[in-house]
Amino acid sequence: MAVTPPAQRIWWNEPIERVELTWVIIAFLWGLFMFGFMIAWHFIGGQNLSREAYRIAPSKYEAKVEEFAKKHTVREEKGVPVVKPPAGSDIYILGRLWQWWPILELEKGQSYRVHISSIDWQHGFSLQPTNINIQVHPGYEHVITLTPTEAGEFGIVCNEFCGIGHHTMTGKIYVTEPKRAESGQRLADGR
Amino acid sequence: MTAETVVGVGRRAAAADFRTCPYTGLKVDAAAQTLIKANAVAAVVFLLIGGLMGLLVALTRWPAVHLLPADWFYLVLTGHGANVLLFWIIFFEIAVLYFASAVLLNCRLPAPKFAWLGFALMVVGAIITNVVVLQGESSVMFTSYPPMMAKPNFYLGLILFAVGALIGCAIFFATLAIAKQERTYEGSIPLVTFGALTAAIIAVFTIASGAIILIPTWLWSLGLIGEIDPLMYKVVWWAMGHSSQQINVSAHVSIWYMVGALLLGAKPLSEKVSRTAFFLYILFLQLASAHHLLAEPGLTASWKIVNTSYMMYLAVLGSMIHGLTVPGSIEAAQRKNGYDKGVFEWLRKAPWGNPAFAGMFLSLVMFGFIGGISGVVLGTEQLNVLMHNTIYVPGHFHGTVVTGTTLAFMAGTYLVLPLIFQREIVWPKLAKIQPYLFGIGAAGISLFMMGAGTLGVARRHWDITFSDAELSFAHSAGAFLMMGLNGVFAILAALGGAIYVLVVVGTVLFGKKITAGHKLTFPLHAGGGAAVSQYGSHATTKLPGTIVLVAIFFVCFVLYYFINWKYLSELWLFR
Ligand code: HEM
Ligand SMILES: [Cu+2]
Ligand SMILES: [Cu+2]
Repeated sequence: MAVTPPAQRIWWNEPIERVELTWVIIAFLWGLFMFGFMIAWHFIGGQNLSREAYRIAPSKYEAKVEEFAKKHTVREEKGVPVVKPPAGSDIYILGRLWQWWPILELEKGQSYRVHISSIDWQHGFSLQPTNINIQVHPGYEHVITLTPTEAGEFGIVCNEFCGIGHHTMTGKIYVTEPKRAESGQRLADGR
Repeated sequence: MTAETVVGVGRRAAAADFRTCPYTGLKVDAAAQTLIKANAVAAVVFLLIGGLMGLLVALTRWPAVHLLPADWFYLVLTGHGANVLLFWIIFFEIAVLYFASAVLLNCRLPAPKFAWLGFALMVVGAIITNVVVLQGESSVMFTSYPPMMAKPNFYLGLILFAVGALIGCAIFFATLAIAKQERTYEGSIPLVTFGALTAAIIAVFTIASGAIILIPTWLWSLGLIGEIDPLMYKVVWWAMGHSSQQINVSAHVSIWYMVGALLLGAKPLSEKVSRTAFFLYILFLQLASAHHLLAEPGLTASWKIVNTSYMMYLAVLGSMIHGLTVPGSIEAAQRKNGYDKGVFEWLRKAPWGNPAFAGMFLSLVMFGFIGGISGVVLGTEQLNVLMHNTIYVPGHFHGTVVTGTTLAFMAGTYLVLPLIFQREIVWPKLAKIQPYLFGIGAAGISLFMMGAGTLGVARRHWDITFSDAELSFAHSAGAFLMMGLNGVFAILAALGGAIYVLVVVGTVLFGKKITAGHKLTFPLHAGGGAAVSQYGSHATTKLPGTIVLVAIFFVCFVLYYFINWKYLSELWLFR
C-alpha cells in the first residue's frame, strides 16, 4: 500500500505495468512534440515575441517618446495627442501612472517597430479586443515589430497591477484601412 | 551496533509517548499528534480568513454587484493571495509532513520543542503580514513586484513565516533519519512518505529562493538598499513562486495515494513508476519559473523554450504519470474488492458518499482537466501572449491550487479528524455534500475566469467598465457574462468552504470522542490497512476504465492545445 513500505524491498527492480509503460511513452512523446512545436512556430508562425530590449533610464525614454509625439501629432483627443507615424517607422508607447501615451494611428498591413517601456512601475500592455499581452518594465525598452492585420479602434488596457488607479489606465490605437494613393504619394515624397 | 547504542536508542524511544491507532495499527507519537493538530487548526483558520476575502474579491469582480471600493478591493485581494496560497496551504503541508514521517513510520518526532518554535514563527509571521495588509499601504499583491513597495513588516512577516516552515522541513528530515536509525519500519519508506519527501526537498529550494529575494526586498523597504531590479526580482521570485506550486502538487498527489490506500486498500501499480514520477518533480522544477516570464522583455527565446519545455514538460510528465497510476491503483483495488463488472463498475460503486473519497477523486479529475491542461497551454512560449496577466491566469491556478490542492487537503482532513483528532465527524450529511459544493464552485470560478481571460479581461482589476478612465474601452457582453457567472460560482465555492470550516470546528470541539471498538461513520477499508491488489502485470487485473479516462483526458489536452494555436495565429503579426 501507499502508506506502508513497498512489499518488495528492492522496488526499483519491479516489473512495470504495460498500461503504465505505454502511457509514459505517449506522454513523453507528446512533451517532445510540444517542445518541437514551440521551436517550429519560430519558423512557421507569425506571432513570436521579440527579444530585442535595451536598458534605458526612464527619463531618457520619456524624452524620446515626447520627441516622437511632437513630430507626428495629427490631432488631439481628450488632451492626448493622436500620433500618426509613417508606415514602417519606429514608434513609441509609454506606460505611466495611469495612462498609455500617446494615442497611435497606424495603417493596416504595415509593419512598425514598436518601442514600449514604463517610466514608473511595471505595467501590462494588453491590446484589446485582439488580446496581445506583454509585460512592461521600467528601465527596459522592448522593441517589437508589429503588423496590424485588421482595421478599427483598439483599446490598450493595463493588466499588471499598478496601484490604486490601475483600472483607469487605458490607451488607444486606431488602425486605418491602407490608402493606396496616399502611400504611393509618400513613396514619391521619398519619406 | 554496540550494546550501548541499542540501550541508548531504546531509552530515547521510550521517552516518547505512543498510542496505537485502532484502525491502522500505526503507532502514533503524542508530540507529533499535537503538532499535526495545531498546524491543521492554524491552516483552517487562515483558510477561513482567506476564503472570505476570496468571496469579497469575486463579488467585487461581478460587474452587477461590484461590492468593494477600489482601495479595499486591492487590499483584500492582497490578503486573499497571502492567506490562502501561503498560510492555509503551508500550515496544512507541515501537518502532512509530520503525518507522513512520524505517523506513517511509527516514529517519534525528534525535538518537538523546535517544531513548536517553527510553528510559533509561522503564526507570528502570518499575523504580522495580515495586520500590515489590513492597515493599508501594503496592497502590493502577494507577488509584491518592485518598484512598488509595501511596508517593511509585510516582507518581515513573510520571512518569519518562511523560517518557521523551514524548521518544519528540518524536523521532517530528522524524523526520517531517526526512523531509519531506530528501525521503526521495514525496508524502504512508503510511497506517501516518499511524496512528502519530494515536497520537503522542493520546499528547501523554494525557501532558499524566497530568502534570496525577500530579504533584500525587506532591506530595500527599510531604505538600506537603493534599488531592486524589477526583472531580476521576478526571475528569483518565481524560482520561489513556481517551485512552491510543485510542493503543493507533491503534497496533494501524496494525499491522493493515501486516500486510495486507506479507503480502498489501493496499492500503487508499480512503486518504481510512481516514485520516478515524484522524482521528476525534483529534477525538473528549477527553471520552470521561466513560464512566468514569457511576456517579459529581453529574455531569449531559447532560454524560454529550454526552461519551459525541457524543465517543465518533464515535470508535467510526472503529473501525467500520476494521472494514470492513481486512478489505476484505485481501479485495481476496487476490482479486487468485488466490483469487477464492465468498464466502470469500480468507479460507480466507489464510496462517493465518503467525503474523503469524493474530495480526492474530484481533486484528481479537476486538477488534470482544468488546472493541468490550462497550465501547459499558458506555459507555452508563444501562447502565453494570449493570456499573460489576464484573468485566465487566476482561472488556471484556481484549477490547480483550489480544485487540486485545496480540495485534496479537505479530503485528507476527513481522515485526519477521526485518526489524529480521534473525534467522530459531526454533521455527516453536511460533510457528504461539502466536496461536491466546493468542487463545483471551484471548478466554476476556474472555468469562468479562464473564459473571461480568453476574452481579454485583466486580472487584479477593479473596474472592467473603465468608467473612470480618460480613454474609454468596452469589453464584450460575453466578458461581462463570464464575470457574473464567476461571481455565482464563487458563492457556491464559499458555501462549500464554509461548510468545511464548520464541520472541522464542530468536530474538533464537539465531535464524539472515539473509543475502542467504535465504528466510523465514514469507514476505512475493511482490510485494516492491508493492500488488496498486487504488483506487476501478472497479478493485476486489466484496467479498462482507467484507460478510457486517460484517453479522454489526452484527447481534450491535444484539442485544447491546438485550439489555442489557432487563436494565436489570428492575432496581429509580431516578431
Ligand atoms: C471561496 C473560494 C475562492 C474564491 C471565490 C476565489 C476567488 C478569487 C478571485 C475572484 C480572484 C481574483 C482574480 C483577480 O481579480 O485577479 C482570486 C485570486 C486569487 N486566489 Fe482565489 N478564490 C478562492 C479560493 C482560493 C484558494 C483556496 C486559493 C489558494 C489555495 C486561492 C488563491 C488565489 C490566489 C493566489 C489569487 C491571486 C491573487 C493575486 O492576484 O495577487 N483562492 N481568487
Ligand atoms: Cu498600469
Ligand atoms: Cu509556475
